[in-house]
Amino acid sequence: MSDVFDQFQGTASYIASEELRHAVNVAVALARPLLVRGEPGTGKTLLAENLAGALHLPLIRWHVKSTTKAKDGLYVYDTVARLHDSRFGGTDGANVRDIAKYIKLGPLGEALSAPSRVVLLIDEIDKADLEFPNDLLHELDVMRFRIDETGKEIVAAERPIVVITSNNEKELPDAFLRRCVFHYIQFPNRELMSEIVRVHHPDITDRVLDNALEVFFGLRSTPRLRKKPSTSELIDWICALKKAGVDLGRVSGGIPFLGTLLKTEQDVELVGKRAKA
Amino acid sequence: MLIDFLFELRARKLPVSTHEWLALMEAMALGLHESSLDGFYQLCRTLCVKDIALYDAYDEAFLAYFKDVHTDALRLTEELREWLANPRALEGLTDEQREAMAAFDLDKLRELFEKRLREQKERHDGGNRWIGTGGTSPFGTGGKNPNAMRVGGGGGRSAMQVADERRFREYRRDVVLDVRQIDVALRGLRRLGREGAEEELDLDETVDQTCRNAGEIEVVFRPPRRNRVKVLLLMDVGGSMDPHSELMSRLFTAASRTGRFAKFRSYYFHNCVYNSVYEDAQFRKGIPVADLLAHSDRDEKLVMVGDALMHPAELLDPGGASFLYSQNRASGHEWLRRLAAHFRSAAWCNPEPERFWTGTTIEVIASVFAMWPLTLDGLAQAVRYLVRGGERPRVGDPSKWMKAMIS
Repeated sequence: MSDVFDQFQGTASYIASEELRHAVNVAVALARPLLVRGEPGTGKTLLAENLAGALHLPLIRWHVKSTTKAKDGLYVYDTVARLHDSRFGGTDGANVRDIAKYIKLGPLGEALSAPSRVVLLIDEIDKADLEFPNDLLHELDVMRFRIDETGKEIVAAERPIVVITSNNEKELPDAFLRRCVFHYIQFPNRELMSEIVRVHHPDITDRVLDNALEVFFGLRSTPRLRKKPSTSELIDWICALKKAGVDLGRVSGGIPFLGTLLKTEQDVELVGKRAKA
Repeated sequence: MLIDFLFELRARKLPVSTHEWLALMEAMALGLHESSLDGFYQLCRTLCVKDIALYDAYDEAFLAYFKDVHTDALRLTEELREWLANPRALEGLTDEQREAMAAFDLDKLRELFEKRLREQKERHDGGNRWIGTGGTSPFGTGGKNPNAMRVGGGGGRSAMQVADERRFREYRRDVVLDVRQIDVALRGLRRLGREGAEEELDLDETVDQTCRNAGEIEVVFRPPRRNRVKVLLLMDVGGSMDPHSELMSRLFTAASRTGRFAKFRSYYFHNCVYNSVYEDAQFRKGIPVADLLAHSDRDEKLVMVGDALMHPAELLDPGGASFLYSQNRASGHEWLRRLAAHFRSAAWCNPEPERFWTGTTIEVIASVFAMWPLTLDGLAQAVRYLVRGGERPRVGDPSKWMKAMIS
């Protein structure tokens, strides 16, 4: 087995399932972008952070917004600033003729121009316009781009490890999908979940953990819930319980700090009704 | 041998391309499948299946293709794993034997292992015994160095078991629809254009104007791009639609989100559209369809939602409105035709499963409106049709059926 494989085994604070580890290692070995999907709160974004940590590589984040354009990720040519400087003169005596001064690299541009290998996180790619992923195809394929304004060509010294997350909000184009390694993060089962909680709350006792998970998975199985509580919410909730010193085993009449688990009025109402019945 | 698996996948409508298949081959050459069926299941899925909705179809294909391999490979893996975990088996070896075994390097080992595997498949009898008794076989050395020869994913369950579980069934595209999925499907229903207040900086125009102005900065704004699609939604409620009410309310929730369409109106009808449609689901506030048409742009997209199931007379006869005090001089069929004729693009989404369509009034209505089932796929196709046009799906042969009804 080549030694490039099995580089990622999860970290002390991030428990990855066997399947996820495999997908990550395949993506790293094949130098293809890893596309991660899954319910909100299953740690898609954290994966990139921990992957960077585990491999001791710098992490560059690109948080995609609904207005993000693919080109912004490469570089932005600040025409307005140049226009301003040409009219009023730069504050620090900037040379207006030097276009390179007004070129600002975006996250993808930074990742490609980095001197060594980096991990690039493209977070929530589905938030942007439908065509956004297509516009990135070429750059992600060849890992190089050209700054038109200066004619400078930027080529990645080493192909960055690209982690792309998506909330499944939008269909991604086929041509884009073809180039990715795909993994869907399943909601953790009880065993994995107790492992995850232990990482964040190492001092938790078995009994408390059992009780908390009982309540948590009970809540998740409630039918017609609008937003099921996720891992991050469970961890917050246990934190709140610990801070307040509440013993779940002894509490009667409703779940304490329900607000950390359920985020809509309807859900709180629904769970309240079911508890009474 | 694996090329057949590619076609098995494609036969199940998994869009696996040559590109992905080559990546899989490359990955297997690198040994990323860990020389096991479990590893291959994972690897192939991460590389070839990019949509959770297709996972179930993948599981099916995997089951179908590897069902014969399954028992052998599984037994082998289990046996080996057990064997590797049990170092006592090695104690009886002499130093000489041990040395001879150490001489095997990893590649040789794998090569041998694969050879064994192949041979064993041919000999369907005591395959497990075959490897088990090989106490001095190269795999004994593997037992000593379990890291060198990893067999199986190390997890508890085999790929066949995982595939057999079909955990991803619920993600299938042709089953349920929640608000979010409908939301996503409806996002395709748009035509962007610039309209409204000028609040976005138009850079090109600013540079242009500034140059014309001899360098005096002239800032130009323009309106942001917005969706210009207008939608008219007509929904069938009550009676045979009751079982679908939950789905209908989800569709309505998604469609009526503010800011989604330039204009969105929705009305109710019962069974079929006759003289009037209604603003409320209790059918109190009626609006004559003629008025509705008069106030509707031909460019609006008409989306009809209903099961299109009724007694043929309710659809085809004048006076067929089974309902309230309305008396219709034109038949429901005629009203539907008028609606369809008014709008440039119209589609009908039917929550009734497609297999129940033939031989019912659905066939007749599907000849008036382009009709798709109200599933994620169907909705997406309807949206595509509304935006880009294209071919209408054919549903049965209504003329044959209508003749039979009349005679």
